[in-house]
Amino acid sequence: MTAITDLGLAGLRDGFRAGDFSAREIADAFNGAVAGAKALNAFIIETPDHATAAAEAADRARAAGELLPLSGVPLGIKDLFCTAGHQTTAASHMLGGFTPTYESTVTGKLFAAGAGMLGKLNLDQFAMGSSNETSAYGNVVSPWRRNDGGNAPLAPGGSSGGSSSAIAARIVPAATGTDTGGSIRQPAAFTGIAGIKPTYGRCSRFGIVAFASSLDQAGAMAQDVRDSAILLEAMSGFDPKDSTSLDVAVPKWEANLSSDLKGKKVGIPKEYRVDNMPAEIDALWRQGIEWLRDAGAEIVDVSLPHTRYALPTYYIIAPAEASSNLARYDGVRYGLRDLPEGANLQEMYAATRAAGFGPEVKRRILIGTYVLSAGYYDAYYTKAQKVRALIARDFEEAFRQVDVLLTPTAPSAAFALGEKSADPLEMYLNDVFTVPASLAGVPAMSVPAGLDGQGLPLGLQIIGRPLDEQGVLNAGLAIEQRAGFTAKPQNWWAK
Amino acid sequence: MSSYRIQGATGEWEVVIGLEVHAQVVSNAKLFSGASAAFGAEPNQSVSLVDAAMPGMLPVPNEECIRQAVKTGMALGAEINRWSRFDRKNYFYADLPQGYQISQLYHPLVGEGTITIDADEKAGIAEARTIGVERLHVEQDAGKLMHDQHPTRSYVDLNRSGVALMEIVSKPDMRSPSEAGAYLRKLRSILRYVGSCDGNMEEGSMRADVNVSVRKAGDPFGTRTETKNVNSIRFVMAAIESEANRQVDVIEGGGKIVQETRLYDPDRNETRSMRSKEDAHDYRYFPDPDLLPLELSEEFVAQCRAELPELPDAKRARYEGELGLPAYNAAVLTSDVETARWFEALLDAAGKPGAEVARAASNWLISDLFGALNRLGKAIDESPVSPRQGAELLALVADGTLSGTLAKQVFEIMLETGDDPARIVEERGLKQTSDTGAIEAVIAEVMAANADKVAEYRGGKDKLFGFFVGQTMKAMGGKANPGVVNELLKKTLG
Repeated sequence: MTAITDLGLAGLRDGFRAGDFSAREIADAFNGAVAGAKALNAFIIETPDHATAAAEAADRARAAGELLPLSGVPLGIKDLFCTAGHQTTAASHMLGGFTPTYESTVTGKLFAAGAGMLGKLNLDQFAMGSSNETSAYGNVVSPWRRNDGGNAPLAPGGSSGGSSSAIAARIVPAATGTDTGGSIRQPAAFTGIAGIKPTYGRCSRFGIVAFASSLDQAGAMAQDVRDSAILLEAMSGFDPKDSTSLDVAVPKWEANLSSDLKGKKVGIPKEYRVDNMPAEIDALWRQGIEWLRDAGAEIVDVSLPHTRYALPTYYIIAPAEASSNLARYDGVRYGLRDLPEGANLQEMYAATRAAGFGPEVKRRILIGTYVLSAGYYDAYYTKAQKVRALIARDFEEAFRQVDVLLTPTAPSAAFALGEKSADPLEMYLNDVFTVPASLAGVPAMSVPAGLDGQGLPLGLQIIGRPLDEQGVLNAGLAIEQRAGFTAKPQNWWAK
Repeated sequence: MSSYRIQGATGEWEVVIGLEVHAQVVSNAKLFSGASAAFGAEPNQSVSLVDAAMPGMLPVPNEECIRQAVKTGMALGAEINRWSRFDRKNYFYADLPQGYQISQLYHPLVGEGTITIDADEKAGIAEARTIGVERLHVEQDAGKLMHDQHPTRSYVDLNRSGVALMEIVSKPDMRSPSEAGAYLRKLRSILRYVGSCDGNMEEGSMRADVNVSVRKAGDPFGTRTETKNVNSIRFVMAAIESEANRQVDVIEGGGKIVQETRLYDPDRNETRSMRSKEDAHDYRYFPDPDLLPLELSEEFVAQCRAELPELPDAKRARYEGELGLPAYNAAVLTSDVETARWFEALLDAAGKPGAEVARAASNWLISDLFGALNRLGKAIDESPVSPRQGAELLALVADGTLSGTLAKQVFEIMLETGDDPARIVEERGLKQTSDTGAIEAVIAEVMAANADKVAEYRGGKDKLFGFFVGQTMKAMGGKANPGVVNELLKKTLG
């Protein structure tokens, strides 16, 4: 029999409903797995009591015949979501020990749907990073290892690195992520799991510690496409507390899953064929094209001419918004306060922010402050907004011809921790394929599609029309079924 | 044009004034949160998670605040921008929880409008003038810092943080402190008519930043200074005067005016430097990414227009035209919305065509009621006499039940007891009498008692007629109909 922890979200939900095991057994199994996987450093805090209480409630609900969509399922929650009564740090010293009195809309929906919480997952500090090396609570380690015999600890991707690592290691069945420039998709690709960032506005941002408001979007990370659909369905929906939330109904994504792509057109954007792309990535992309053709889709070459400006545009807009969004962490009302002897207000701000923010966060605050400052605003910020509009228009044009786009998710497989952290620009290049969809606000997902020569997972990205998460999921499913991705990391971390 | 000039050593100087008025919007909730916007709560009682800028909190626009601002814009005859946008103004201060203020720099809700100020000989405003309004935009208020509660600490009260303000920016069209004062009074009157701001400067719900420069007539604008947060009309006028004089002294002393922010100190009647351009903030304005642009629908704009009340200028014209009131009365009654409201309630209660009763009613209101309220130190909406009671009193005068003298007497009793005038007349027997028999009898007594005066009168001393009237009225306890008394006296005295 398959271990409970291997079952995945749908398997747990259905097995629980069928009476194969109790919710309490599920919670115990995962609480145990979490407790035994400290080596991954995937959690900032563990909340076994929350998972257990939700499980007991689920068992009672099942006895009463009142099952909820996620009854019996425990989840990992990225520590960027505010959770009432549970510490929420955004992986920063700044919010060390901060315990909100309120619940983010997304976690509120998940808990109302019956889910329990196994803990708050580690991430890049304030979601800024692509390797999970910027957390104030230490690096998350990927459960994967290269098959070259070396034991170099690998990056799980970022910023949702705790989520990706924990799912890949099977210590949580699924987890929430947030994606600002690729923070769900790139870690999903690095760790061989599925992750979807929905259309901007699908999931409420209320209660999510803000990084870059016009880009931040919560999404689902799970073992496979079906689990992603189930989780995303429970997370999505209009929220009057978020002015940018979309007032549209949430489709039945799981029920409408279909890998039959007959009549669908898949676009292959030529600009995604970047210089120095590893041959393995290119080969996988070609393989993906064949799989989608096999699923009935017509393949069409398309052009997204402004793609090459996406990364610089992103690294102006996101830091600009971040510099403003993070201004509230000033030591006055909550979180860290550093008040040197005799310091005045300005000195208290400076000391607090110097001590509370890590180097990557400071770098982006400085970039953002610079691009918004008098005399530079038009040259950088206004120009970036114009380019952003052009990038969005590229997608609109493309989606007149095709239903979805297929690209690689990341330009490489997972790299070793420390390998790129000395060079921020090289690190930023990790987002080269994911950032354009973020700027355009369109849904996109990464599905595991194969392994590289080192035995490390590689992902393919499907990008869809606004609000067409179904199209994205269906194409993802078609790849998943053909890729037959069953590789799992060796269980070296468990005690 | 104003003739206001500052006499300097080198000749006359003209003053150029522009005002930025911050008016707190009357609404139940703050601009972007559901917290109460009411004045007078205990510190930090009206603070939501959004106002305190807790992590993950997001602003949601309050439609009522937008409605108030749109109606105000309409009352200023201004262009309503169907598409506007919120920007963030970034700066660090302890009273600003988010580290930025949500405002509208690039695309304000309301564009250009005007405010007309009246000629006022006494104030030196020779003719009615139209002052341009540059824009009106909505923004959040900051919190309040209290430095006097503890020897070493400052306390922060976030009750006001996030309350909606309208910033109403004038063009540099004013040329004297009196014009600035008249502009503020008129603006406040309009805001109160619309009901979008209570205009209470003492409670801080209306404050002005005063931009002042000086120049020789005909020269281009001089360098201006901005005096922040002046909280009374009197102080605004005083601040302009002292700042303009200071600028003239600086320039004539060979110095240069630096563009800077200043504060007005009412105790010393002087402005002083707060910060200069060099250490001014770079606010790093950019569009607020948490908020979508504000797009007003046709229906919303139409509804705002439909809700707009009759405004002071229109009301005044109507009072003069339809009601036939003298210009002065019309101006006094319409300058303040509460007065106009009270006056109209009085007319309603009279139950007669307005033109028939308006003049007497307006005279009574302006002299008798205002006099009494002044004495009592009460505002018109605190009047101890209701419009219905006032109308009743006026009706008793009109139908001859009360003479003017009696009416004053009855009014005093009304103020004291709150009783209705008819009841007072009834209970205290204060009815005017036109009973010729009774009056003739009293006249006979008066003539008998003053035979010498009668002789003098008949000998040609006409002025004594008033004496006989007075004596008769006195003997009648003030209740005789003065017309009848006059008539009968004339007849008797021959």
